[in-house]
Amino acid sequence: MDLTLKIWRQVDAKDKGKMVDYKVTEISGSMSFLEMMDVLNEQLVNAGDEPVAFDHDCREGICGMCSMYINGEAHGPDRGVTTCQLHMRMFKDGDTITIEPWRAAAFPVIKDLVVNRSAFDRIQHAGGYISVNTSGNTQDANATLISKKAADTAMDAATCIGCGACVATCKNSSAMLFVGAKVSQYALLPQGQVEAADRVRNMVAQMDLEGFGNCTNTGACEVECPKGISLDNIARMNRELMKASI
Amino acid sequence: MLDDLFRRIFVVTILTSYTMSGFFKSSIGRKVAMALSAFFLMFFLLQHLSINILSVLSPETFNEVSHFMGTNPLVQFVLQPILIFAVVFHFVMGFVLELRNSRARKVAYAKNNGAANSSWMSRNMIWSGMTILAFIGLHFVDFWFPEMNTKFIQQDWSGTMEGVEGLRYHHELVEKFVNPVRVGAYAFAFVLLGLHLAHGFTSAFQSMGGTAGRKKILQTIGKAYSILIPLGFITIAVYHYFNH
Ligand code: HEM
Ligand code: SF4
Ligand code: FES
Repeated sequence: MDLTLKIWRQVDAKDKGKMVDYKVTEISGSMSFLEMMDVLNEQLVNAGDEPVAFDHDCREGICGMCSMYINGEAHGPDRGVTTCQLHMRMFKDGDTITIEPWRAAAFPVIKDLVVNRSAFDRIQHAGGYISVNTSGNTQDANATLISKKAADTAMDAATCIGCGACVATCKNSSAMLFVGAKVSQYALLPQGQVEAADRVRNMVAQMDLEGFGNCTNTGACEVECPKGISLDNIARMNRELMKASI
Repeated sequence: MLDDLFRRIFVVTILTSYTMSGFFKSSIGRKVAMALSAFFLMFFLLQHLSINILSVLSPETFNEVSHFMGTNPLVQFVLQPILIFAVVFHFVMGFVLELRNSRARKVAYAKNNGAANSSWMSRNMIWSGMTILAFIGLHFVDFWFPEMNTKFIQQDWSGTMEGVEGLRYHHELVEKFVNPVRVGAYAFAFVLLGLHLAHGFTSAFQSMGGTAGRKKILQTIGKAYSILIPLGFITIAVYHYFNH
């Protein structure tokens, strides 16, 4: 198929940036979206132009690096997939596709489609861990009894890959789905109880400090999240913070 | 379900008095405060509608209840100030949140497809809210200011007026709905209130941390509440328009 691409180009963090139109031809429906971008970049390099910078690493939906706002949706029109898992068969011959970086004050653009998501790292550093002594005397994991339901729900929360689609999608640029998932994966397990109060307080404080917006429960994040992280995690975080604040 | 909610409301109220600063300065604390004011407003709407329905069913009872509400010191000096505080708090906080949220995204998307992942109601709370605010303005001019004038400036607490037999409240209410433009404006505002609540009802429970495992039932009650309450108010206005 032949496509017109409208892509955000920005030289560096200080540049104002603008949308630029490109044409690509003979794109196969079996290609992934990133492979289509590779085709474009080869074309640009052969013509002596600067290729479009975009983040990617695993190209199989697990690292969370790829981040494109495609035709007005994070990770494009398909559900439950990252941009690297999005197939070109979702588009039609002759389509115009608009491609933009994640937009959020807390995710500044570094170049073209690449944004800085260190804010997520700093939120994790504020409490997204448990302090376990790992030097030699770790106990058997099965020695701690955990209900199947708690283990499954915690695991579901832990599948968040930190891609930032929730922030990019949210009309308020809120990071609550991400932080809710990270708080929940520990709050549900006995190992997470010890530091539970400090964890939620510190992570929420860091989230606010980074300049993410305020959740208004539109639910857009849950729909666009490639891992199907549930809004229940936000409710759980709210409960955890209330508990921690008494 | 309800006692769980009341427990949480209780906890948060206690919180307010002890650790107000820290909690309510956080993004989640603000959401909880927003939800608490909204719960109060939703409870108030239910109570207000129940009384207004009497104006259709039994004008005498409506007059008596209105006189009681209008002269009872507990209602006048405790509940009314709380209500005014809740209304003002709710819309001021609504504007504050909206402002903060718009600052969280400095560059807008060239193309954004909000309809793909969220309801129109959820994305336009500020617009439905501002319509309700305009309505509250009209409502104050229509009922509240004259009421305050009669009671506090004229010092007339009798509940009667010249040329009207018995109590004046039903007469005053019916008078207001003679004008079709006003009836239309009321109906329009209540449709937007319905849209505000169609998202707001479940949203408030979610903010309080309470939707897990009961999403379905809350959605059903929310849908019923957001349709029936505005429909009730509209029906009453239309009834008086055709029966004055
Ligand atoms: C009787 C009148 C009103 C009722 C019953 C009501 C009810 C609600 C409810 C239930 C919510 C959801 C709260 C939550 O998500 O925690 C809400 C949110 C909101 N309301 Fe109202 N509201 C009323 C009037 C207003 C007015 C006058 C404004 C003025 C601008 C307004 C602006 C907003 C905004 C912006 C939100 C979204 C904020 C957020 O979700 O964080 N509301 N309202
Ligand atoms: S919650 Fe979903 S959308 Fe948000 S960072 Fe995690 S995986 Fe990405
Ligand atoms: S490149 Fe790793 S998730 Fe897309």
